Amino acid sequence: MTLVFYLAAAVAVAATFLVITRLDAVHALLYLIVSLLAVALIFFVLGAPFVAALEVIIYAGAIMVLFLFVIMMLNLGGEAITQERQWLKPRMWIGPGILSAFLLALLVPVIFHGKSQLATMAAVEPKQVGVVLFGPYLVAVQLAAMLLLAGLVGASHLRRREYQLEMKEDRP
Amino acid sequence: MATVPLEHVLLLAAILFVMGLAGVLVRRNIIFMLISVEVMLNAAGVAFVAAGSRWGQADGQIMFLLILSMAAAEVSVGLALILHLFWQSKTLDADSASEMKG
Amino acid sequence: MRDLLFLIPLSPFAGFLVLVLAGGRLPRMAVALVGCGSVGIAALLALLIGCRFVADPPEGHFLRQELGSWIEVGGLNASFGLYLDALSLVMMLVVAVVGFLIHLYSSEFMDQEEGYSRFFAYMNLFVGFMLTLVLADNLLLLLLGWEGVGLCSYLLIGFWYKDPANGYAARKAFVVTRVGDTAMILGVFLLFYSFGTLDIGEILYLAPRSWELGSTTALAAAALLLGGAVGKSAQLPLQTWLPDAMAGPTPVSALIHAATMVTAGVYLIARTHVLFELAPGVMRLVAAIGAATLMLAAFSALTQRDIKRVLAYSTISQIGYMFLALGVGAWSAAMFHFVTHAFFKALLFLGAGVVIQALQHEHDMFKMGGLRKELPLTFATFVIGAASLAALPLVTAGFYSKELILTSVWASGRGGPWLWGAGVLGAFLTAVYSSRMVLLAFLGEPHWAAISRRPGSRMLGVLAVLAIGSLFAGLLQTPHLLGNITIFSNFMEQALPAARLAQEALWSETLLQTVATGAVLLGVFVAYVLHVRAPRWRETVAGSALGSGLDRLWLTGWAFDWFYDKAFVQPFTRLARLNRRDVVDRIFAGIALLMRASHHGLARTQTGSLRWYAMGIGAGTVVIIAIILYL
Repeated sequence: MTLVFYLAAAVAVAATFLVITRLDAVHALLYLIVSLLAVALIFFVLGAPFVAALEVIIYAGAIMVLFLFVIMMLNLGGEAITQERQWLKPRMWIGPGILSAFLLALLVPVIFHGKSQLATMAAVEPKQVGVVLFGPYLVAVQLAAMLLLAGLVGASHLRRREYQLEMKEDRP
Repeated sequence: MATVPLEHVLLLAAILFVMGLAGVLVRRNIIFMLISVEVMLNAAGVAFVAAGSRWGQADGQIMFLLILSMAAAEVSVGLALILHLFWQSKTLDADSASEMKG
Repeated sequence: MRDLLFLIPLSPFAGFLVLVLAGGRLPRMAVALVGCGSVGIAALLALLIGCRFVADPPEGHFLRQELGSWIEVGGLNASFGLYLDALSLVMMLVVAVVGFLIHLYSSEFMDQEEGYSRFFAYMNLFVGFMLTLVLADNLLLLLLGWEGVGLCSYLLIGFWYKDPANGYAARKAFVVTRVGDTAMILGVFLLFYSFGTLDIGEILYLAPRSWELGSTTALAAAALLLGGAVGKSAQLPLQTWLPDAMAGPTPVSALIHAATMVTAGVYLIARTHVLFELAPGVMRLVAAIGAATLMLAAFSALTQRDIKRVLAYSTISQIGYMFLALGVGAWSAAMFHFVTHAFFKALLFLGAGVVIQALQHEHDMFKMGGLRKELPLTFATFVIGAASLAALPLVTAGFYSKELILTSVWASGRGGPWLWGAGVLGAFLTAVYSSRMVLLAFLGEPHWAAISRRPGSRMLGVLAVLAIGSLFAGLLQTPHLLGNITIFSNFMEQALPAARLAQEALWSETLLQTVATGAVLLGVFVAYVLHVRAPRWRETVAGSALGSGLDRLWLTGWAFDWFYDKAFVQPFTRLARLNRRDVVDRIFAGIALLMRASHHGLARTQTGSLRWYAMGIGAGTVVIIAIILYL
């Protein structure tokens, strides 16, 4: 099981690296889906089957699919790839690379500070999650629901393309 | 059960987060920036789940659930806005939206 | 009686307020009424209170009225307090009465001028401040009056402001006296630092008990106060402003620059006499300044052509006599001379004003002449004034006061023959130039065409009153041989110590007085010879190299103006020109510039570019994380 974790971690890291370096959006998204699936496996190894399932269903299954829909809708074509190649010269990576490396260097000592602990005591079953979710964290559920409602309303309002023309037509 | 040290999981989360950060800063295409943001959110979720699993409690997973719902709402609205930007300026270049200059 | 004291300075201030607020809209008659009336009320009250004071002296020979607290900060408790003793009574009477007479005169003299109400407003303000100065019981209030009269002097010298030369003269007066005022303020600081109080009575009580005779603090304090007195009273080395101050209207010259303001220095020294007695070196300096100034100014007065400038130098010289008397410790002699001088100098100035107006503002004496027949009353009073100035024996007030001074100078332990000799030389020169003035202006052949304006009844009346004063005021104090009246000195001894005179035999005193009298008569004779008997001889001497050189030197007041210009004014203007860009201001402008530059710099960070902002957020967050985790 431990080996599974390390393999899945390697896959996740590699896939994420590929995500940020691809030129084609669709490729990047597919690699992101791979990364998410690897992370779901990691969750499962850690004894959190509920979120492993959620990761696959919602994150990889709904959000990424939404991304794909939009990119397909944009219908960018080949010139997008050339544009991307132009924008993504190697020397662009210097600054962000240094910043990111610096951040990693900050976090690593903090992570490895103190006694080494194990990541898993026991698996947390979905039922347990449900009990806690609708017990102490009920307010959080409500808030999440309102958040999703806001997202829904916003997205449905923003779907209109000819914004200004329609506004003018509505007036008498 | 697996005997994975907590530090390694957190290290994984840190690496994924840092890569997502690099992606946000490097890419010029807005779609890719949004994708990188998703990577970062996911990495944060890994950290939460690992922490919750260390204590054997469901709190970490619940936090991940909240992150997930937030990501969903954010992506939907964000993509709608990206569409508008694209319809208006016919390009996905992040630098084109610089009318707030000065 | 004591409770009415505050009305004396208040009445002119009230007059000032009325004239400032409504003067422009009132008719001339009303303005004159308010202007003269306010000072008249002050004079009347002064006379009443004075009579009561003399007839029925209060406890301890002084009156005190507290009008309320002014400043109470830290250890400083200054209040609006008035203090009346023999010294301030004499000053107050002179200021109020002579001031009233001059106001009356100027109500007619200035009635063709524009700015009539402004004139009376300023004059009232001046009288108010002068009375405040004289009646103040603490040094801060005295300083208020001091500065106030300086301000009014500036305003009145530059009364005809449309001519820039008048403004220059006014500024010169202000700046030169300011040099003295700075010294005086430092002296006040020193006194407050030493005694913790500014109440004059307390200071004079504490000083002998805290300072030794001749200690450095006493010397410093007295010297600083002397600096202020020298500035205000136009003595050496700050005398250069007074001749130029004649640019103002003649009543102004009469009131401020003859009778009252310039004697404020004398009052200051007399008031703080205890401090000066503790500093014998400074007393010697006072006497030396007095002697030097009186001679210097007398020489200068010999060569002046402008009648007002003769009188200005004469004022400087006579105040030199007062300083000389103060310096030898003859306090009441100085005050006596002040009283007589106020009368005859005001008289001379007002008479000169009549002459100037009669000849269409002609100031040059060599263009006058022969006015005896045209302006008889003016001539008579002017002669009386000039005689009193010259100290013509026995009949004039000036004689008695000058004799008193000269006697005290010889006989006092601090005086001596040299100072007496200077005084006698000064008396000789005074006689020469005052006779010269009369001879040139009123006698001889007329050099003018027509009389443009004759004096009215008000002006002549005032001249007459002052002439009576110039004749009979001397009878308050006469020498031993001539009646030995000591009314004045007895009265002044309530406030000022008696002069410590060595006991001279009567015959030596008489001999000295005869010598001095002889000098005066000789002076009159010399002037008569030079101007009437042998004018061509005079012109030849004046035309010679030495003569014309001396003439020019004395005409410019011993070239002090030139010297000050070279020594102080030009280096200062050179420095000012160097600092034209104003170094200090640059520092402040630099701060503003720095702000602008940083604004521009920071504005460059607002690129509007999304990625730039993302980078900024990322970098900032990383920094904050670093700080939180590691610091």
